[in-house]
Amino acid sequence: MPSQGEFYQRDRERHPPAYTKDYKTSVARSPQYSPISLQNSVSEITGPVFGHSDIDPMDRDLLHNYAQPGESAIGERIILHGRVLDENARPVPNTLVEIWQANAGGRYRHKKDTYLAPIDPNFGGCGRTITDADGYYYFRTVKPGAYPWRNWVNSWRPAHIHVSVFGSGFAQRLISQVYFEGDPLIAKCPIVKTIPNQDAIDSLVALLDMNATVPLDSIAYKFDIVLRGRRSTLFENRLEGN
Amino acid sequence: MVQKLDYLKETPSQTAGPYVHIGLAPGAAGFDIYEQELGWDIAGPNAAGERIRVEGLVIDGTGSPIKDVLLEAWQANAQGVYAHPEGGGDVEEGFRGWGRVITDFATGEWGFDTVKPGKTPGRNVGTQAPHINLWIVARGINLGLNTRIYFEDEAEANATDPVLNLIEWERRRATLIAKRSERDGTPVYRIEIRIQGEDETVFFDI
Repeated sequence: MPSQGEFYQRDRERHPPAYTKDYKTSVARSPQYSPISLQNSVSEITGPVFGHSDIDPMDRDLLHNYAQPGESAIGERIILHGRVLDENARPVPNTLVEIWQANAGGRYRHKKDTYLAPIDPNFGGCGRTITDADGYYYFRTVKPGAYPWRNWVNSWRPAHIHVSVFGSGFAQRLISQVYFEGDPLIAKCPIVKTIPNQDAIDSLVALLDMNATVPLDSIAYKFDIVLRGRRSTLFENRLEGN
Repeated sequence: MVQKLDYLKETPSQTAGPYVHIGLAPGAAGFDIYEQELGWDIAGPNAAGERIRVEGLVIDGTGSPIKDVLLEAWQANAQGVYAHPEGGGDVEEGFRGWGRVITDFATGEWGFDTVKPGKTPGRNVGTQAPHINLWIVARGINLGLNTRIYFEDEAEANATDPVLNLIEWERRRATLIAKRSERDGTPVYRIEIRIQGEDETVFFDI
């Protein structure tokens, strides 16, 4: 494997700033100094390596990974699939993708979640998988429900799945949320609106993918994840190729 | 119209929310779903070097500990090698160098056991003082925060560390240095990470 250089700098105009007053929790949890810009060293270029032996193939099936034998989670059955790519449009293989979500009624399996929608006894709400050689991943799950939260008096989160991705270097570490095409709550959500750029918001919306549905079983949404790209090492005799 | 450059754009970040533990540390959230939890043993049984404990709090702008925070640690082994193909060499069997650190939900206290990392190569020349890289997410944090933990008893190495020296305000450098004490014969390093306010911790755009 050829030696590579640092990651491209993060485009902070597409990420939410730390302080976003309409998402009220950020007010006391946002640094006030600007972060100090650091050119990558080995500390940032390296990152944890995961193997397929860490993960059970069943971990990606949220319909069944917490269900009693013969049972299945309740709700609109979906496949969430796509590729993890870098900014150079190259696949990111063997990388860990983890998701967590509310159930079809909008309730998390968490003792602090007191929303009155019922717990689904056969749904845990978390899954994980490792991308294949093409950067491809998929999960089976149910579409999560919208739910109310205490921000404004009457705030509702759009249906969403949280997604956590690693990449090959610690500098690529990322957590985001997947929204679903056509949801009218997306445009109203104070957390979505922490992102200042509409094009960046649109990139968090998974598209209905009829070609990937399983007929008479599951509908599908496609969601590609892009991690930071990386320069190749500077070669003085190949300046054009860096 | 000029040509397109045809790079993709990084997926934007969103907060990990209050229930990050469901996804990333379900065992800590109170339900056993997987055979194996990830990131609970950073150094493994075979790692050489000094065994240490690192502890602390993450504190918000009101002075209160954040109790729903999740931290990830990334460090080299005692020889300064990261467990990665580009990490500078081989590491001990079972040494991962990566950990997931969860708070006590009642107090916000967190801690982890590991080995003290060695010096690592600097970006171009020189060395970096022993340090642990940290990444912090929680409800209300829109983009994960990167910081580092350095060690109080490495004053000489800290004095020449290229990253600490990049911090123009000398008094802010102290926010990255963990205080050493000892408990039952094991060195304990303590650091309070202040997200905001007086003595705000230095965070990095890496």
